[in-house]
Amino acid sequence: MRTLKAKMLGFLLLWCAWLLLTSPWNEQEAVAGAIVAALIVILPWFPTSHLGDLRINPKAIVYMVAYALVFLKALVLSNLDVAFRVLHPRLPIAPGIVRVRTTLRTPLGRLLLANSITLTPGTITVEMRGEDVFVHWIKVASADPQGATEAIVSDFEKYLEVICG
Amino acid sequence: MTEIVGAFVSLVGALFFLLSAIGLLRMPDAFNRMQAGTKATTLGSILFLVGVGIMRPEYLGRLLLLVAFIVLTNPVSSNALARAAHGYRERLGARLEPDALAESDAAEGPRGEDHGD
Repeated sequence: MRTLKAKMLGFLLLWCAWLLLTSPWNEQEAVAGAIVAALIVILPWFPTSHLGDLRINPKAIVYMVAYALVFLKALVLSNLDVAFRVLHPRLPIAPGIVRVRTTLRTPLGRLLLANSITLTPGTITVEMRGEDVFVHWIKVASADPQGATEAIVSDFEKYLEVICG
Repeated sequence: MTEIVGAFVSLVGALFFLLSAIGLLRMPDAFNRMQAGTKATTLGSILFLVGVGIMRPEYLGRLLLLVAFIVLTNPVSSNALARAAHGYRERLGARLEPDALAESDAAEGPRGEDHGD
């Protein structure tokens, strides 16, 4: 069941990529792309384990859209933050590495969380060990894991928890 | 009209690239340079590609695909660089206050390569 879901998602991903590549569409190319995508997905070597982590139900899809919006907002804010720090005459930084905790278990969820942290204001993921995530923070606001988790992880985690727990 | 809008969006993207370049020059060590380098180039590339896509709608699909790959891979590469830089933090002269990762390393003793996945 899980493998089947992963294979169908993989098929959709591959086919969408193909359709985007050949974008003034015609039927023959679309059908050929679908056949090749299906063949690739049927191969036993197709990596199904990570895609299977994604949940497909109405609530998860709503949260996916919400997550995309939250992520875009964070990306824009982080760029304004970089702009502010870079152009500020005194370079207001106080960098450090803090430890935060995540409750996400699946590899896909942890990948998305690490990427999101890297692209949000002032933080870069340096290392993940078990449930600890080590984050480089350009201006450390709170050194204890509790406060740092609150500030860095919580926003994304509540969405990722639903999308791919 | 679409030409002008697309050109403007691309220009904003280029401005973020400029900010990122200034950041690379001004920041004191590898980690902080990465902060400027990763974020500003990601949004810069997104805006630049979307701008080109608005100017030439026939390429929009391909450009969206590029955006997806950049958003997925750019943070991963900076994560790898940051992790490598942390191993050389003393030689890089990085000032980290606090450094929870070094504390965790010290607490657990030297460890092998078995923690990555």
